[in-house]
Amino acid sequence: MTEASYPEDLKYHPEHDWARIEGGEATLGITWYAQDSLGEVVFFEGPEIGSEVTKDQPYAEVESVKAVSDVIAPVSGEVIAVNDSLGDAPEAINADPYETGWLIKVRLSDPSEADSLMDAAAYAASLE
Amino acid sequence: MTVDSALRRTSLFETHVEAGAKMVPFAGWEMPVQYDGIKEEHIAVRTHAGIFDVSHMGEIEVEGPGALAFLQRLVTNDVSRIEIGGAQYSLLLNEDAGVIDDLFVYRLGHDRYLVVTNAGNHTADLTRFGQLARDFDVYVRDAIDNYAMLAVQGPNARRIVENTLHIDLPARMKVATRQVGRRPAIVCGTGYTGEDGVELLIDPEIAPAIWTELVDSGVVPCGLGARDTLRLEVCFHLHGNDLTTETDPISAGLGWACVESTGFIGSDKVAVFRANGTDEKLAPFVIEGAGIPRQGNPVMLGEKQVGEVTSGTFSPSLEQGIGMAYLRTDLAEPGTEVEVDVRGKRRTARVSSKPLYKKER
Repeated sequence: MTEASYPEDLKYHPEHDWARIEGGEATLGITWYAQDSLGEVVFFEGPEIGSEVTKDQPYAEVESVKAVSDVIAPVSGEVIAVNDSLGDAPEAINADPYETGWLIKVRLSDPSEADSLMDAAAYAASLE
Repeated sequence: MTVDSALRRTSLFETHVEAGAKMVPFAGWEMPVQYDGIKEEHIAVRTHAGIFDVSHMGEIEVEGPGALAFLQRLVTNDVSRIEIGGAQYSLLLNEDAGVIDDLFVYRLGHDRYLVVTNAGNHTADLTRFGQLARDFDVYVRDAIDNYAMLAVQGPNARRIVENTLHIDLPARMKVATRQVGRRPAIVCGTGYTGEDGVELLIDPEIAPAIWTELVDSGVVPCGLGARDTLRLEVCFHLHGNDLTTETDPISAGLGWACVESTGFIGSDKVAVFRANGTDEKLAPFVIEGAGIPRQGNPVMLGEKQVGEVTSGTFSPSLEQGIGMAYLRTDLAEPGTEVEVDVRGKRRTARVSSKPLYKKER
């Protein structure tokens, strides 16, 4: 998508990552701002299913032609799914960062962590 | 984004910014790294035509009765082989045969040469030129402010430049003086992308108008990001990555650009390296499967480090990770399998032959 967008139903981490929290699980990805700064994503390799991610810590990398960027976990949990379609089509992270460009799903180890994340308005304001 | 006020800007800076280019610091200059995207720009140059602002590159004019003798002493290639209107790739070495810069030398007249330098080395080159000029009947002048430099590259580049600017172009590796935008210009049949094309050395004042005319004729504006992926696919060296004062021409695979009989500075060391061989050789490689190698990644054979990546990227043409690395000489043969340690993950790499990208004919 060429226009900046920050959906209302997501929670945001200051390192430009989002979480869609549904019950005890969350889908994670990078924001429009992050993919725009990085440029065309040409490579993403997710963590192993069953591994643990920790809030504020990197859990994977996304790479453009020129740069490598850490992806920071907005929440902690166990990895229960990785978006395997990104192996062949990492450009989905640019084209559709919030839907087909999702990165991983986790089972939350501490659902209260989500309270510290920003809503869409606060995140958008932080970018100005 | 913070903008360092100490960075220099080319005469095309406003043009780049207005077109939405992403500007980055590079070798002391504020330059466009990309317009719409490195991959698209790269493919445009391989299949059509792209234009690069390379005005950050330096120019040094060398003129006088001693010009040939001076350049023979200073740079590694045999300058006497350049006819008037010819061009040659060459190296500037220190006394230990370390590479200070890689350059293009153009012969504009009987005793008149123009040397094009890399932006980051221009000052060091000038110092070197200035010191040696005292011993020769030669006049050396920094001409960096006299020229904007536009590289127009790709299979359709020449045709579009000829039709748009209404000029005849010199052949590949030739140079000619022409009128561009009613001002004197130097037109070179050179480039650094592996594609056919030209480089235009023009008056900085008219550069934005010429750039715009060419873009309006369908040439795709490209940034330095695509320039880097294009040159790496065809295994052209980048000074600062693949060449430094710590590397010698023989290890770098540039023995072909050195003619020791001319007596250039460092020629005695180059002769020894050529005769005895070197411990390491610069070799191109392709990552098999996933992973993108980057500058500085260790190259491993089992638990032993056998080299280091000096340039690495994602190849838009091959759609895989590629690079060049200094490898132990016995391993620098096409077909050898090694591993690249990419931030802790081992990626299988196969040593390849040059160039990594070959045009389908």
